[in-house]
Amino acid sequence: MILIVAEHKDGHLRKSALELVSAAKSLQAGLGGDLAGLVIGHDTQAAAGELAKLLDTVYSISDAAFSEFRAETYTAAVAQLAQEKNAKAVLISASRSGLSYSPRVALRLDAPLLEDVSSLESNGNTVTATRFSYLARVTETVQAQSLPVVISVKPNIYPVAEAAVNGSIEAVDVPLTEQDKRVQVGEKVAASSERVALEEASIVITGGRGVGGPEGFDNLIEPLADALSAGIGSTRAVVDAGWRPYGEQIGQTGKTVAPDVYFALGVSGAVQHLSGMNRSKVIVAINKDPDAPIFKVADYGVIGDVNAVVPALKDAIEAARN
Amino acid sequence: MKIICIIKQVPDAEARIRSTAAGIDLEGVTFVIDGMDEYGVEQALRIRESGVEAEIIAVALGPKRYEEAIRTALAMGADRAIHLETEEAFDPITQAKLLAKVVGEEAADLLLVGGKEADWDSAALGAATAEALGWPHSDWTTELELTANSAKVTHDADEGSEVLTLPLPAVITTQQGLNEPRYPTLPNIMKAKRKELKKLSLDDVGGAVSKIVILKQEIQTRERLNKIIEGDPMEAAQQLVKLLQQDKVI
Repeated sequence: MILIVAEHKDGHLRKSALELVSAAKSLQAGLGGDLAGLVIGHDTQAAAGELAKLLDTVYSISDAAFSEFRAETYTAAVAQLAQEKNAKAVLISASRSGLSYSPRVALRLDAPLLEDVSSLESNGNTVTATRFSYLARVTETVQAQSLPVVISVKPNIYPVAEAAVNGSIEAVDVPLTEQDKRVQVGEKVAASSERVALEEASIVITGGRGVGGPEGFDNLIEPLADALSAGIGSTRAVVDAGWRPYGEQIGQTGKTVAPDVYFALGVSGAVQHLSGMNRSKVIVAINKDPDAPIFKVADYGVIGDVNAVVPALKDAIEAARN
Repeated sequence: MKIICIIKQVPDAEARIRSTAAGIDLEGVTFVIDGMDEYGVEQALRIRESGVEAEIIAVALGPKRYEEAIRTALAMGADRAIHLETEEAFDPITQAKLLAKVVGEEAADLLLVGGKEADWDSAALGAATAEALGWPHSDWTTELELTANSAKVTHDADEGSEVLTLPLPAVITTQQGLNEPRYPTLPNIMKAKRKELKKLSLDDVGGAVSKIVILKQEIQTRERLNKIIEGDPMEAAQQLVKLLQQDKVI
């Protein structure tokens, strides 16, 4: 059996869950066995119902102890079900929370972990995957040496699965120990953005410290993004300074994007940032510092003040369209 | 208290790596302490400088060349180091099991681990080591505050950030934003050469077999045009738009 842990929010499956179903199907072709889904949360009925339209078998854990994500409670739930059902593979989305507990599940099952993978295949005995390494400069093919295997799947790679079946839902209980619940979750600061989702945007406009401040985003980045229907990204320095929400951060510890064209505006080009965007098709850099490392990875560079060049660029785009 | 910082040595981020039929060729590449691990060492030093009595130990699992990165951690201010030396490469789950044996033996209170490795792009080591030790963990940590028996952290979650309180002992994984690591001073670099660096072999911790094998590695980064567009802002902007239209990306 291949077990899929489906992420959900407000009673609906997240896009990552629909992608995991596609990933699991591609793995099933070689690995064999049935597919089953798992929904974990405080009130999982609606999300489990959605998942049962995609998969024949859905397990549902509904318990107040799971109302917030905690790595150890999720590990207990997923590892227990994987063991009970004798899962050959456990698929988890490589979201921040998925990356946080999937290593624990692997260790508890004494299983190999295929981390943040972008493709999967199996010959029936082993699972082979591709993933990025060396700050996303290298694509490597890795092979798990045994089964079961725990796999975290990179978001926005696999297509979204369509509803096709009328599956059954089985409620599952997971006894938790006090130790499982020892981490207390406190205050949360939500990152919000109404724009086109960064990972799905075909054009991404990123502002760095060189933009000057939050008003630089309002006056330079937002209008250009509107003109191009682009997603907006930020560097770590920008989100740390509180200019923009964390959800916009691109780089080693943020999001990874690969749009058709990536505009780096006032971005110096720290290696940690480059690893989040170096697979973009075309890279444009505008920066007043001719020695900024971003120019080394750019296809097109303009050496100049973003305050002058970015409005001119917006005008030129609008003029070219008329 | 006893604080352990896990140290990795990785290719200098600016180094040009080459790919050959056999995989990635690191010949001639400069290796440095992983930047993510520097945040951990710095955080440990700041805990001590805030008045907490703390012994800081750098622990590394890797080949002989790691010594240099370990010495960097000692020069930053770690008190002593343990190097589990092996030329074999292991996946993060296996590494976690091996490191947990060393950390468990030292009976540490706090384990600081780099949030994401700059060579294997893995974020798994901290969580897996915590699991192997039976400890809680926080990842993507940007703020850390200790009390007598707990750690209060701010870390990045799925949507934004959240505060967690973890009982000690605990594993904390670092990330950019946690602090600004210091540069070792020359006197401290000299002093570091005399600090204890204990060597362990795989046999000392019971040996291991990797759960993952790398079959193939290829450099994927595109060759870039590096074309600088000249002219005043309006001219440059117009030329840029023309080029992007020719590329059919806008």
